[in-house]
Amino acid sequence: MSNAAAASPAASVKPMSPIQRYLWHVLIIVRWETIKLFKDPAEILSRSVQPALWLLIFGQAMGHAHAISIPGGDYLAFLTPGILAQSITFVSIFAGLSVIWEKDMGLLQKILTTPIHRSSLVLGRMLASSQRSLVQLLVILLLATLLRVHMLISPARLAGLVLMTMLGGSFFAGMSMGIAALVKTRERMMGIGQLITMPLFFASSALYPTDIMPGWLKVLATINPMSYLVDGLRGLLIYPDFDRFAPDALALACCSALALIVATKAYPRLLS
Amino acid sequence: MRKETMIELNGLTKHFGPIKAVDGIDLTVAKGECFGLLGRNGAGKSTTIKMLVGLLQPSAGWAKVAGFDLATQSAQVRASIGYVPQSLSVDGVLTGWQNLEIFGQLHCLPAKLLKERIPETLAMLDLEEAAHRPVATYSGGMVRRLEIGQSILHRPAVIMLDEPTVGLDPVSRRSMWDHIRRLQQKEKITLLLTTHYMDEAEELCGRIAIMSKGVIAGLGTAAQLGRKAGMPGADLDKIFAHYSGHQEADHGSIKDVQRSRRLARRLG
Repeated sequence: MSNAAAASPAASVKPMSPIQRYLWHVLIIVRWETIKLFKDPAEILSRSVQPALWLLIFGQAMGHAHAISIPGGDYLAFLTPGILAQSITFVSIFAGLSVIWEKDMGLLQKILTTPIHRSSLVLGRMLASSQRSLVQLLVILLLATLLRVHMLISPARLAGLVLMTMLGGSFFAGMSMGIAALVKTRERMMGIGQLITMPLFFASSALYPTDIMPGWLKVLATINPMSYLVDGLRGLLIYPDFDRFAPDALALACCSALALIVATKAYPRLLS
Repeated sequence: MRKETMIELNGLTKHFGPIKAVDGIDLTVAKGECFGLLGRNGAGKSTTIKMLVGLLQPSAGWAKVAGFDLATQSAQVRASIGYVPQSLSVDGVLTGWQNLEIFGQLHCLPAKLLKERIPETLAMLDLEEAAHRPVATYSGGMVRRLEIGQSILHRPAVIMLDEPTVGLDPVSRRSMWDHIRRLQQKEKITLLLTTHYMDEAEELCGRIAIMSKGVIAGLGTAAQLGRKAGMPGADLDKIFAHYSGHQEADHGSIKDVQRSRRLARRLG
């Protein structure tokens, strides 16, 4: 249409293929969150207090009491990847909350009226959450080192930890954004966030091996995505062979893809 | 020569369950026009604009914006419009510059072009000095101007403003009007704005549509609307009341009130 061509701003826009544009938008969203992360590092550090308490108090107490028998016998080493998984979840579950916050403000609406594809926005936020989770990885590795937790560290294992952490962060952020689109209000999201993270945590292998669980809980733990995260991290961090890493990473990648699709589909509900 | 049509609505309808928020609107806005959608809370103005920017799916009818079909060419529509929502749409943690930069990037403007346009836009909206301050430190009027800046970086054909001056003090409101007028007169951008102030509509808009209960109750210039209502030269507010119904609207929800109070608090 001639009038549209004259009015269209296309002339000044970067020439990009649809895939390039998609990835470009993802990159912008991630960068946006990175700027915010660096403007307020206190926020992300304050989220490290809780995992620190778990390791320092719960871990020490349970370790000394020998209350839970685990293979190898070193409870603190067993607990460390569990607490890492927990803090990844806690950091990522806020992704949905900030989406609701932005919707209430009007910022989300404005973003969605630009040429960005909805799923670029969701994927960007998922990756941004991965980034926050990496800060948690760093903090917990430092803490564990200070506590002289016996960990197996090698470049390959570190790379695996980074990947696992990112996958976990993406998945829980995607899940949280999907839930946000259903519950719509901040108050409900806060409630649901707590309602979900606790059972996910307790019904996983984060605190105790699944072997000591009753049958029904074992079933829950097996279908719980957090178990895959804990399992993968634990293999990388403390076990000599980490052959379970690949299936765990794959399972989380599939969960993340599913979360991306569901959250993208559910998004319009947030606006109505 | 016939003026090009920039916005075209045909039987546009939106239902929320049993409630018809917008009930079969027909409307055309020509290129370069500043068109006002007027109405009380809950009249359907914001719903109409939200459909036109692609945030809500129409229940029936169709619309074209900048020559593109809303239903089938949504990406092209979004590339050709600027939208200033009713509620605040800036990131308070970021600086004014960064807020503009991100929206320019979302519109895929090359870095080189952005480096020219951001200072240009900041200058145009009198925000140069505040450019590198976090937006959280801005006044209400400054935030509103920055929001306009975000929506014009990519030189859109059409800008839609949802109640651009709600919550602003009279002085900021006047300055906002000047900026909006400049967009239309200097930049030749087609504007569609909603408002519940008759004086604002008359000040800025050539033609006005007064909406009531999801339909257009009156359409024309302020003078035409007065004549049609059988009260030429009457007080603007009386004309508005004539078209939009005398009683207090019973369909503006408590949510609307909450939202506008919250907004006023943030802007103040």
